[in-house]
Amino acid sequence: MDTTVSLRSLQKGQHATIAAITADGEMGRRIRDMGLVPGVELQVIGRAPLEDPVALRLMGFTLTLRNNEADYVAVRDVKNTSAATEDKKPQASKPAGQ
Amino acid sequence: MTAANNFIAIAGNPNSGKTTAFNWYTGARQHVGNYPGITVEKKEGTALIDGKSVSLVDLPGTYSLTAYSLEEVVARRVLAEDRPGAVLNVINAGVLERNLYLTVQMLEMGAPVVLALNMMDEARAQGISIDVNRLEALTGLKAVPTVARNGEGLKEALAATVALAEKRRRTEWMPLEISYGPDIDEALSRMAPLVAQAGLLTNKYPARWVALKYLEHDEEVLERGRMISPETHDKLTAAASQVADHLKSTLNTYPEAVIADYRYGYIASMLRQGVLSETDNIKDRIAYSDKVDQVLTNRFLGPLILMGLLYGMYYVTFELGAYPSDWMAAGFEWLHGLAAAHLEDGMLKSLITSGIIDGVGGVLGFVPLIMIMFLLIAILEDSGYMARVAYMMDRVFRFFGLHGASIMPFIVSGGIAGGCAVPGVMATRTLRSPRERLATMLTAPFMACGAKLPVFLLFVGVFFEKHQALVMFLITMAGWAAALLVSRLLRSTVIRGEATPFVMELPPYRLPTLAGVLIHTWERAWQYIKKAGTIILAISILIWAGMSFPALPEEAAKVFTDKKAPLEEKLAELPSKQLEESVAALEKELADQDKNSPTAKETREKLDKAKEELEAMPVSKLQAEVDDLKEQLEKLPKDPAADSLREQIAKHTAALERLGEHDAGARTLKAKLEGLNAELEKTPSGAIEAQMAQKQEELDALPEKQIEAEIAAIDNEESSETLRNSYAGRIGIALEPVTAPAGFDWRTNIALVAGIAAKEVVVATLGTAYSLGEIDEDNESSLADRIRADNQWTSANAIALLLFTLLYSPCFVTLAVIRQESGEWKWMFFSLFFNLGLAYAVAVAANQIVLKM
Repeated sequence: MDTTVSLRSLQKGQHATIAAITADGEMGRRIRDMGLVPGVELQVIGRAPLEDPVALRLMGFTLTLRNNEADYVAVRDVKNTSAATEDKKPQASKPAGQ
Repeated sequence: MTAANNFIAIAGNPNSGKTTAFNWYTGARQHVGNYPGITVEKKEGTALIDGKSVSLVDLPGTYSLTAYSLEEVVARRVLAEDRPGAVLNVINAGVLERNLYLTVQMLEMGAPVVLALNMMDEARAQGISIDVNRLEALTGLKAVPTVARNGEGLKEALAATVALAEKRRRTEWMPLEISYGPDIDEALSRMAPLVAQAGLLTNKYPARWVALKYLEHDEEVLERGRMISPETHDKLTAAASQVADHLKSTLNTYPEAVIADYRYGYIASMLRQGVLSETDNIKDRIAYSDKVDQVLTNRFLGPLILMGLLYGMYYVTFELGAYPSDWMAAGFEWLHGLAAAHLEDGMLKSLITSGIIDGVGGVLGFVPLIMIMFLLIAILEDSGYMARVAYMMDRVFRFFGLHGASIMPFIVSGGIAGGCAVPGVMATRTLRSPRERLATMLTAPFMACGAKLPVFLLFVGVFFEKHQALVMFLITMAGWAAALLVSRLLRSTVIRGEATPFVMELPPYRLPTLAGVLIHTWERAWQYIKKAGTIILAISILIWAGMSFPALPEEAAKVFTDKKAPLEEKLAELPSKQLEESVAALEKELADQDKNSPTAKETREKLDKAKEELEAMPVSKLQAEVDDLKEQLEKLPKDPAADSLREQIAKHTAALERLGEHDAGARTLKAKLEGLNAELEKTPSGAIEAQMAQKQEELDALPEKQIEAEIAAIDNEESSETLRNSYAGRIGIALEPVTAPAGFDWRTNIALVAGIAAKEVVVATLGTAYSLGEIDEDNESSLADRIRADNQWTSANAIALLLFTLLYSPCFVTLAVIRQESGEWKWMFFSLFFNLGLAYAVAVAANQIVLKM
């Protein structure tokens, strides 16, 4: 099994696959209702002006959640895929987990 | 189970185009109400299809059917308890997988569903290709590709839904049973028979579904289960927690997580069987929207654009709104004049003109502004920008114990001045967290709502004429500051607690549809008009009565009549009055005469002569001269020299007033002023002005003008005395010692007390307070002029009043809505008294500080 990291640590432009949702109750339900379930691929497409919340692209739509909510989302296979594009910032080349 | 009813429900995720479809189907044949007991909007309407009319219910947009929000509870109840004949599930084809999550949950309940694969054009443009036949085969559901924005496929989709409803009319609902994995399936097979035996909710829901909800720990179902059969409830919860413990210890997960995973798995496995294919590279998806976001939510540009947009909206509303507002005001003035001319003097006339027409006119005159504001908000909402606003603002709002989505209720309440706290407080329903929601609800009324605007506009117009837009903007910002600071205070005291999930979709930017925006605007404006038409009319009448009764005691009234009698006699004796009367009599005679009668010419000649004579009278001559001079003055080209002189004179006059009479500096200033005045007189416009002033003086010196002025003064004194003596006046006077530190007199007090009922009546009440008992309706100067002329009003009082109006108790309707939305009386009373106290403290502080400056 790959090592997993928190969604919070992803840089803008990075891709990853959801490994687990570690929230239960209302938070967990809300996150799952929006399509965040294990196996789903996502990409961080931006952050709000104050670095929080974070905007994600998954299954063809855009979702936003706070950093402390992103902590409940563990991801694996973090990639700096540049095939995707709109990422004009050079920071996409930084390693994950910064 | 109950039989299906004869209506079609439209269900779907938010941003799936569900409402666009509903609007397309129903057009104007829709009705917006509330679900009984709760405040979720209920939209119903009728569609005409193949000549038959079909009833439609637009379910609230939800992502799921858990009991997570009121919307979800409502959607679920309508499905289970109202039993639509069939459900038209509107799906965003570009986000098929997530949208089908809701579909699966409806199928689990057994609802007959037809899929409308909406936004097919967008999906195609994104390179997504959907094999509709394959999807139909795998789901067993009829699926119709649609584009709700232009109506494509909608007719067919509804026809298919109606056909399904016909077909399924006599059959029971057939719940979809999917596997949720060995642990859950095993538990369900044990729990479902328990549910069925006890008949727990099984008249509405399938037994397996109820059992599933126990495993999901669905609070609504648990609550109802406990009430219906405590014994079974206990058995079910025991079984559910056994599964939960097992999953926790073996897989470190939760039942609801497993269930959700299997639902998504069920969907994904279907879609993988050739339903979904990408014709193009995935990177092109929503590329356009992302490019826009690069700018609109940019770290630096985003907030700047947001501020600019808010200010721009504000500016457009006032610039554009001024025209229709003026037309409305003119219309009501005309109505007032009409009523005044055709009604006998007395109580009824006073009630209709001062109470009803002026009261309601003051409120409705404001409708155009509200419509423009709501139109702009609707465009922002429908375009997808509003969600970005929440996204950008969340970090800030969270600091104040709120949610990024709090910005919506705030904006609707008047965060961009011109909203209304009633829909604003109702808009807090979109907030999932009870604490953030309550804090938003209690602080939203601090915003500069539309009803407060007339008060602001009036006093800003009088006291800050040069900087109106700036001061109005500052007032709006003060509303924000109050809302945020108070919210922070509340969230760390009376409504303490954790923040709740933000998780929110950012829909792609879309051009709003005209129909959607117009319907939205009309709904909101109509809410306001209904409020104006009912509650405010009643309050206007009540306040009129409070200000008119009890009437002055006879002997007090007699004093005024006695004073006036000799003056009126004198006036009647004046030749100009007699002439005016004879002209009027002749005109009437003339009108009575047949045009061709021989006497007509004679009468006309007489009339002309009388008119000539009248014109030769000094009073008419002078008036004509003044008018002539005014005309000349207007025709003159703008004279910057004269303007700058006038400005200097005004500046020096103000300085002189500050210095006082006995100062040496004052004497120099005076000399300078005289010089400036002389210089001004030498410019062409100055010369005409001087002539005008002289003529006006002569005019005023004429006996009739003097007598009329004296009579008017007595009338004013009498109406003022009447008001002081009325119930309202007594209350206002009784409050004077309390409000003196804020600088409010009894008239202001009456208006403010009335404003607790509805802010809209503050200006109307002040207007009535200043105009009741007015005789000469043709010559009514506006309330602004009166306040300007009333030297009791200082800018310190005005600032205190502006702040007090901004902050004090929400209106009755808002209070009622707070009670309804919070579910507790205590928050209503809290809002009333806390806001009053805060407003009083701020107003007193402002008044005292400005006075000392």
